[in-house]
Amino acid sequence: MQVTITINGQEVSRDIEPRMLLVHFIRETEGLTGTHWGCDTSNCGACVVLMDGKPVKSCTVLAAMVEGHEISTVESLEVDGQLDPIQQGFHEKHALHCGFCTPGMLITTRALLDENPNPTDHEIRTAISGAICRCTGYKNIVAAVQWAAEHEAATRQEV
Amino acid sequence: MQTPGPFEYERATSVDGAIASLVKHDGDARIIAGGHSLLPMMKLRLANPEHLIDINDLTELSYIRREGDEVRIGAMTRHAELMSSELLAEHMPVFRDAEEVIADPVVRNRGTIGGSLCQADAAEDLSAVCAALKAKIVIRGPEGERVVGLDGFYIGPFTTAVGDSDIVTEIRIPLRPNSSSAHEKVERRAGDFAIAAVSAAVWLDGGVISEAGLALSAVGPTTIQVARAEEMLAGKTPSEELFVAAGEIAAADCAPLADGRGTVEYKRHLAGVLSKRALRRATARALHQEEH
Repeated sequence: MQVTITINGQEVSRDIEPRMLLVHFIRETEGLTGTHWGCDTSNCGACVVLMDGKPVKSCTVLAAMVEGHEISTVESLEVDGQLDPIQQGFHEKHALHCGFCTPGMLITTRALLDENPNPTDHEIRTAISGAICRCTGYKNIVAAVQWAAEHEAATRQEV
Repeated sequence: MQTPGPFEYERATSVDGAIASLVKHDGDARIIAGGHSLLPMMKLRLANPEHLIDINDLTELSYIRREGDEVRIGAMTRHAELMSSELLAEHMPVFRDAEEVIADPVVRNRGTIGGSLCQADAAEDLSAVCAALKAKIVIRGPEGERVVGLDGFYIGPFTTAVGDSDIVTEIRIPLRPNSSSAHEKVERRAGDFAIAAVSAAVWLDGGVISEAGLALSAVGPTTIQVARAEEMLAGKTPSEELFVAAGEIAAADCAPLADGRGTVEYKRHLAGVLSKRALRRATARALHQEEH
C-alpha cells in the first residue's frame, strides 16, 4: 500500500506492507537509524518518536496508521550543527553511557519540556517512567533535563 | 523481530462505515484504535485478523462530556485525555488515580478506553474503574445500538459481548451527588500490570452509604465485581471496621492464580487491603475530607 508521511519536515511517499511497524519504516525504509529498536513490546522506550508533537512508541504503531501525520525523530533535534538544549544537557551532565536508550530519552524529555518548561525532578522521572536505561541509574538523565530547562529559560529571558 | 502476520488495512471514515466493513469481512476483521493491546497480540500471533479497520480518524468518538445525569466518554478517548480531564477529576477521581498507574505517559498518548475495555484483560485497570462506577457500555452493530452493564459486557478472559460486527462507541457513567471514588494498585514496577488493583465508589445519603461499587483487577479470570461486599456496604455508616469487613469479602470472593507476580495468598491479601484503602479514600473524598 502507498503511504505519505511527513518525517522531520519532509514529506515522503512509499509503497509498504500494511503490517510494517513505524520503527522499521523509520529505520529501514528511510534509513534514519537514530531511532532505536529495543524491546519490541512498548516497554523500553528506545523507539520513541514524536507523532504530531506527542511522544509515541514506534514499535507499537503501524506505519500505515501514520499516513497523513507528522513524525519527528531524534535526527530532527540538531539543526545546522547546533544541538538542541536537551542534547547539550545530556552531554554536559554525562546522561548516557552505552547510548542505546538515548534517542528515546531525548525525544521523550524534549516533549516534556515543550509541555512543561520547568519540571520538577519527580515530573521528569514520571515522564521517563516508560523509558528504560540500564547504565545511568537515571540520576544524570534527570540532571540533564534540568540543565536543558535552565538553559532554555535563560535563553528565553535574553530574547 | 516481532511482526504481525499479513493483513489488509483500511481507514474508517465513519462508525457506520466501520460496521459495514466488519459485516463484509464476516469475522475476519478487527477494529484497531490505539493499537497498544491489539498490535502486541498480533505480534505474538495470538490475534491474526485478515483485515484491520483503523478508527483513529473517527474524532467524533473522542470526547468526555456531561449529559444530564451522566458522564459520557467516547470510545476513542485516549488515556492521556482521561487523565487530564477536570470533569472526571471532579466527579470521578478514580479515573485519574488509575490513569497515573496505567502503563506510562507515552503509551497513554495512544491507548484508548474503548480498546482497553474490549481487550478484556482481567489485569487491566479501567475495567475495574468502570465496574465500580456502574458504567454502561454502548455497543453499535448492524442492527443498531444496545447498552450493556459491565456484568453483561465481560463473558470471559479476553472475551466480551462485542460481536464480530460490533463496535463500542461510548461509555456512560451515572453522575450522582455525594459520591466519590478511588483506585488502589500494587505493581512490580512502574508501568506494569497490577499484581492486584481495586476500584471503589461510594454514594452517600445523610452520612450513610446508600450504594457502593467495588471491583478487582488481576485477581480472577475477568474483572471481578464484589457484589457481596457492595450489598453488605449498602445502608451502613462508613467506618474503618466496615471497610475491613468489605476487604475480607473481597479477599474471599476473588479467584487469583499464582504466577510470577505473586502467590494466591499474597494476591488475596492485596485484594483485601486495597479494597479497604480504596473504600476509605473514596469515602473521605465524598465527605470532602481529602483533596481530590
